[in-house]
Amino acid sequence: MKLSMWTYEGPPHVGAMRIAASMKGVHYVLHAPQGDTYADLLFTMIERRASRPPVTYTTFQARDLSGSTADIFKAACRDAVARFEPEALLVGASCTAELLQDDPGGLARTLDVNVPVVPLELPSYQKKENWGASETFYRLVRAFAGSATRPAEIPANSCNILGPTSLGFRCRDDVTEIVRLLTEEGLDVRVVAPLGASPADLARLPDAAFNIVLYPELADVTARWLKKTYGMPYVSTVPIGIGATQDFLAEVRALAGLAPREAGQDQASGRDRLTWYARSVDSNYLTNKRVFIFGDATHAIAAARIASEELGFRVCGLGTYMREFAREIREAAQAYGIEALVSDDHLDVEAAIIAARPELVLGTQMERHIAKRLRVPCAVISAPVHVQDFPARYSPQMGFEGANVIFDSWVHPLMMGLEEHLLQMFRDDFEFNDGAAASHLYPHAAEIIEDAPALAAETLVWTSDAEKELKKVPFFVRGKARRNTELFAASKGIRPITVETLYDAKAHFAR
Amino acid sequence: MNQPLPTSCATPPAATAATIRQRGQHEVFCGLTSIIWLHRKVQDAFFLVVGSRTCAHLMQSAAGVMIFSEPRFATAIMEERDLAGMADMHDELDQVVARLLERRPDIRMLVLVGSCPSEVIKLDLNRAAGRLNAHYAPRHRVIAYSGSGIETTFTQGEDNFLAALVQDQATRPAKSGAARLVVAGCLADVVEDQFSRLFSAFGLSDVVFLPGRHATDGLTIDSNTRYVLAQPYLGATAAALESRGATRIDAIFPLGTEGTTAWLWAIASAFGIDRARFDGIVDQPRRRAEQAISHYRPWIDGKRVFLFPDSQMEPSLARYLHQELGAEIVEIGSPYLHREHVAGELALLPPGVAISEGQDVDIQIDRCRQANPDLIVCGLGLANPFEAEGRITKWSIEFAFTPIQGYEQAGDLAELFARPLMRNSILTGRNREAAQ
Ligand code: SF4
Ligand code: SF4
Repeated sequence: MKLSMWTYEGPPHVGAMRIAASMKGVHYVLHAPQGDTYADLLFTMIERRASRPPVTYTTFQARDLSGSTADIFKAACRDAVARFEPEALLVGASCTAELLQDDPGGLARTLDVNVPVVPLELPSYQKKENWGASETFYRLVRAFAGSATRPAEIPANSCNILGPTSLGFRCRDDVTEIVRLLTEEGLDVRVVAPLGASPADLARLPDAAFNIVLYPELADVTARWLKKTYGMPYVSTVPIGIGATQDFLAEVRALAGLAPREAGQDQASGRDRLTWYARSVDSNYLTNKRVFIFGDATHAIAAARIASEELGFRVCGLGTYMREFAREIREAAQAYGIEALVSDDHLDVEAAIIAARPELVLGTQMERHIAKRLRVPCAVISAPVHVQDFPARYSPQMGFEGANVIFDSWVHPLMMGLEEHLLQMFRDDFEFNDGAAASHLYPHAAEIIEDAPALAAETLVWTSDAEKELKKVPFFVRGKARRNTELFAASKGIRPITVETLYDAKAHFAR
Repeated sequence: MNQPLPTSCATPPAATAATIRQRGQHEVFCGLTSIIWLHRKVQDAFFLVVGSRTCAHLMQSAAGVMIFSEPRFATAIMEERDLAGMADMHDELDQVVARLLERRPDIRMLVLVGSCPSEVIKLDLNRAAGRLNAHYAPRHRVIAYSGSGIETTFTQGEDNFLAALVQDQATRPAKSGAARLVVAGCLADVVEDQFSRLFSAFGLSDVVFLPGRHATDGLTIDSNTRYVLAQPYLGATAAALESRGATRIDAIFPLGTEGTTAWLWAIASAFGIDRARFDGIVDQPRRRAEQAISHYRPWIDGKRVFLFPDSQMEPSLARYLHQELGAEIVEIGSPYLHREHVAGELALLPPGVAISEGQDVDIQIDRCRQANPDLIVCGLGLANPFEAEGRITKWSIEFAFTPIQGYEQAGDLAELFARPLMRNSILTGRNREAAQ
């Protein structure tokens, strides 16, 4: 048993629902107890979907357990097919139904419904939402593209986009952005799946020359299968950030047999504002700001690259809740000289954030709340997210416009440059002081959480003058200053810490 | 599926048409959801769900934004090795509880909440609670109840919790005198305070609200105790109170001016207060309530309302809508009908109102579209899809999360129903037309 206050991911059947809800013509019969229909409101509320998700739940109750829950399941399948007339029926169990061992797959085969049935085996006590989505997508593609024959003549510039789903972070606009970029590069985008695709579309996947995986956690498995089965190569560079988008376009052009673009001729010019914005002198003060990054593996790795190479931040923490991508995140973290955090326990994440003392947190909805408690600025870069991160306006993360969106949303929570300077110069202003948040943001009433000493109290003593001097360090770097000074003092055997020690340490580490 | 179940047990009151009973997909929350308000109300309790990742995800999705401010609930998620029998579930649970109590030493009462998975594998949480109690009491008390979807719908989770609280009190040293009146059903703090003031004005002392703000507050019940339900979903709680000798004061529920007056009068008269004195006390708040309601009545008057099942509050809401706001009720859906407790409400409705117990959601949606009501009261899974069809909805979960009982809230309750209609009027520009 594992104590959990929040979960970064739902159970695997929610992943399966996301695939069903993404597609057209697919209906999902889920063997589940009464109450599991709560999942509908993820779609109808958080994503503000205008129709009910295509899911029929058996919603069995305790009194049904003495009878045949298998019959209830079969009846639900027949009713769903009759009412919704889908092109394909997904069948599966939720965690409770898994315990009943009714075997939805086996039962569905005995039904004489006139549509292809795709049974799902999603081990709920082992796997989670993203795995469930990936597995479901893979099963559907195998079912509908499995017996396709690859055409003899395939235009080299034809490709599919794999991975975007309902309830995915900014998938709606990422697809628009990337399809537009690819089309302008001269590519012929055939099928986008699962978002918006039908089972018939899945059958056409092998008709394209290659695949583009935009969200590896959702579509890597499928892309690998298509490669093995049909020899379709795939691109899995995720175009989040300017550098990544350029690499992505170069790779795609190479696969499509198009000549490489000459420098300066690409689509970036005129579209990419991030590069100039980050270059402009107003962004100078962003240099080496410490940023802690956590999220799904794809978004976290992409964010780290943007933060360090494109915005000039320093990555002081990098992690993901997806164990499946532990290797990738470790590799990425190594490049920044830090240890990756792979954990789905938010208490671990909170501890890591406190230890890293960042000036900016880029994370999920959960980190937003941790950061709020610690009074550190924060921006959301990854699911899980709440309703405000399904915005009405165009807000991709991918491509050039995505990079523009990212520049704005990551810099926004930070205190603006002049404000930051004035705070350092005049510390005793009665209105505008440490306690005040950046003036373009909401006023915080929250208390500053005083940084606990990094080392055991008995080994360190601060003189009261040194404590006072420390308070003059602006609050967003004060924790770091305290910690550095203590480390410095400990390493030199200095006790107590004086004002001199504070400045010695400052000189020693330099920001 | 879909064939009506035999209308066996209770005979419906003469005033209403035969109950529609259907077995199909139930679009409802499970009882775990009630933790979301209970953990705010009962300030020294922590609710530990013993369940699966689904249960944790439900709590998180339903609690929305709030969950992140270190809530007083969590889930002990069962894992593969628990099920494979590699780990003794009781040992595992003990460890989780130890970790939790270490993190939150301020918790006075730990509530183990059963879920579908824990019930299907027959994990005996009552036994676990007994064992943990022996270990942690008196510093922390441990009780258990079920909030599983297979056994409970939405507010029934609160019912089971309150019943467990009553049973727990029975095992503890009694306070000196028994409570004269127990008001059962979670009420917003502000509502509780308003009722308290009225009870004192009636001269009633020793009134206990169940749940109170502290789960560990004493509660002594004996045959001198009268109890009144403030919420209609408390079948198990009523039975638990009665098994301890308490007797029920029968009343409709305190929604709206009429509901509140009838409810308070049932209490006052049970304690021998005469009508003149009662009227003197409630006269002013009552007039305030009437006045507040009158602002919204024009929006609802004559409107046809369809209620989907959600909280068991539907018969009371329908009564209020009809009696005090002039609505016409098309169908009252309720996940479960405790006929005895809502008999008074149903009797105040006009003959022929359709009542449905249980649900087949697709068929109910068909019926609703067919009836084409002016306002649909339904859950969040249905509301936006209905809105997208151009229908007007009021999402029902809000009735469990908003102070709606009593005189001072009578207008707020009307506003909850009127708001979507007002909004529709604003957004479709009818206000603009009217102004010209
Ligand atoms: S208690 Fe049952 S219905 Fe509720 S979330 Fe858990 S599994 Fe689902
Ligand atoms: S905003 Fe979030 S928490 Fe609130 S009702 Fe909508 S989905 Fe639920």
